Amino acid sequence: MPDDLIKLTNLSFAWGEKVILKDINLNIPRGSVVAIMGPSGVGKTTVLRLITGQLLPTKGTVEVDGMCVSSMNHKNLYKMRRNIGVLLQNGALFTDLDVFENVAVPVREHTNLPEALIRRLVLIKLQAVGLRGAVDLMPSELSGGMARRVALARASVLDPSLMLYDEPLAGLDPIGASTILRLIRDTNDAMGMTSVVITHSVEDMMELADYAYIIASQSIVGQGTPEQLRENTDPRVVQFLNGEIDGPVPFHYPASDIHQDLLG
Amino acid sequence: MSKTNSNMDAITKPLATLGRSVLFFGQILAAIRPDLKLLRATLAQVYFIGARSLVIIMICGFFVGMVLTLQSYVELSKFGATDSVGTVLALSLFRELGPVLTALLFSGRAGTSIAAEIGLMKATEQLSAMELMAIDPVKRVVVPRFIAGVISLPLLSMLFTLLALAGGATYAINIMGIDSGIFWGNMVSSVEFQSDFMMSFWKSLAFGIIASFIAVFSGYFTTPTGDGIGRATTQTVVVSAVVVLIVDFLITVLMTWT
Ligand SMILES: Nc1ncnc2c1ncn2[C@@H]1O[C@H](COP(=O)(O)OP(=O)(O)OP(=O)(O)O)[C@@H](O)[C@H]1O
Ligand SMILES: [Mg+2]
Repeated sequence: MPDDLIKLTNLSFAWGEKVILKDINLNIPRGSVVAIMGPSGVGKTTVLRLITGQLLPTKGTVEVDGMCVSSMNHKNLYKMRRNIGVLLQNGALFTDLDVFENVAVPVREHTNLPEALIRRLVLIKLQAVGLRGAVDLMPSELSGGMARRVALARASVLDPSLMLYDEPLAGLDPIGASTILRLIRDTNDAMGMTSVVITHSVEDMMELADYAYIIASQSIVGQGTPEQLRENTDPRVVQFLNGEIDGPVPFHYPASDIHQDLLG
Repeated sequence: MSKTNSNMDAITKPLATLGRSVLFFGQILAAIRPDLKLLRATLAQVYFIGARSLVIIMICGFFVGMVLTLQSYVELSKFGATDSVGTVLALSLFRELGPVLTALLFSGRAGTSIAAEIGLMKATEQLSAMELMAIDPVKRVVVPRFIAGVISLPLLSMLFTLLALAGGATYAINIMGIDSGIFWGNMVSSVEFQSDFMMSFWKSLAFGIIASFIAVFSGYFTTPTGDGIGRATTQTVVVSAVVVLIVDFLITVLMTWT
C-alpha cells in the first residue's frame, strides 16, 4: 500500500447550517497525480482550502505529511505551506506587480538568492508556460488564460513537493491545455512531486490522472484509476462521466419548485 | 422571531465588530518587526499617501487659514482687538483645526483608497493567494499601510497648520493691513510649546492611529464584492469622522484638566 501524503478522514464541512461535505475519506498517495472531479458548487475548492488549512473541518481530520492541519499553529501552518504550490481558480495575481515580479514573490519572500539567480529561475518558469515574452506586462494586460499560466509559474517557482491545481485548464485553448497537461505530468514525475488537480473535464482527467475522486451531493460517489472509473456502474458516476442531463446528480442548486416560484 | 433576532443583532453585531477590531489591532501590533522589507514597504506607502494627500491638504489649509482670519477679524474688530487675530488663528489651528481637519481630509482621501485597495485585494483573492504562499497578508499588506498612515498624519497636520498660518498671514497682512510684526509677535508670544504645540502633536498621532486602523480594518474585513468595497470606503470616512471627533473631545478634556 502506497504511502499517503494527504489524508482526509471522516471529514465534514459546513458553512453555518449548510452542509457542503459529509464524512469524506480521501487519500492522496505520494508521487501521484490525483484528480478531484464533480459538478460546479459541490465543494471541490473547499477541499483544496481544507488541505491548505484556510478552512477548518467541522468534523474529522486533515493530515498532510503525517501532521494534522487543523491543530497546527500559525507558524507551523505557514511552514507547511512553503512546501505547497497552489494555483487558485482565478489566478489571483498581484495587480500592482508585473508578471516578472509576480512570479518572483515567493522567491524573494522565502529565499535570499541573488538577483541574477532569481531572474533565471523566474524566466525558466515563464518559459515553461510559454510566457517568457510577457515578463514586463502587468496583470491587467493579460488574458484570462495567460494570467492563469503566470499564476501556475508563480505557484511552482520554488518547486514545492505538493501542487494543488484548481481548474488549471479552464479558459485555455487546446494547444495551451495540452501543454499545461504535459507540464503538470512532467514536473510531477521529474521532481517527485505530488499533484492534486481539480477539474471538470473528464477527458483531461482520463489523460492525466493516476487516480480520481468524484464528489457529488456532499460525498465521494466514485473513485479509482481512470480505467476503473470507466468500468464503474454507479449511476451517479456514469451520469457524470458521460455528461448526461438526466440522472441522480442534480444540475440545479437546491431550490423550491419552479412552478411555484414562477407562478407565485 | 425576526424582530427579537434583529434586536439581538443590534447588540451583538457591534460587539462582535468591536471584539474583532481589538483582536485585529493586536494582530497588527504583533506583526510589527524591525526588518528591512517592512521599512521599504512602509516608506513606499508614506510616499503614496503623501502623493495622494499633499495637494488637497495644502489647498484646504491655505483657505481655512484665510477664512479663520476673516471671521475672527470681524468679531475682534468689535472690541478693537484686531491685533490678536494671529493669536486666535494659531491657537485654534494648533489645538483643534489642524489635527481634526487633517484627519478628516486624510480619511477621505488616503483612508478610502487604502480601504478600497485592501478590499479589492481580498475580493480578487490576492490576500488568500498570499496566505497560500506562506506570506502573512497582515504583515505584508496591512502593517505597512497602517504604520505609514500613523507617520503621515502628524506630518500632514503640521503641513496643514503651516499653510493655514501662511494663508491667514497673507490675508491679515496683505489685505487687512495688520502690521506683520504685531501679527507674528502676538502669535509667537501666546502659543505655548508644551500645551498648544504638543496638543497638536498628540492629537494628530492619535487620529493617525484611529484613521489608519479604521481604513485597514474596513478593507480587510470587507465583504469581497464590488458592493462590499463601496460600503467599506464609506464606512472608513463615516466611522473615522465620528471616532476622531469623540476622541478629540476626550483628549482635550484630558489635556486641559491635567
Ligand atoms: N463564504 C461562503 N459562505 C457560504 N457558502 C459558501 C461560501 N463559499 C462557498 N460557499 C458554498 O460552498 C459550496 C462549495 O463551493 P466550492 O467553491 O467549493 O465549489 P466548487 O466545487 O469549487 O465549484 P466550482 O466548480 O464552480 O468552482 C457552494 O455551494 C457555495 O455556495
Ligand atoms: Mg471551485
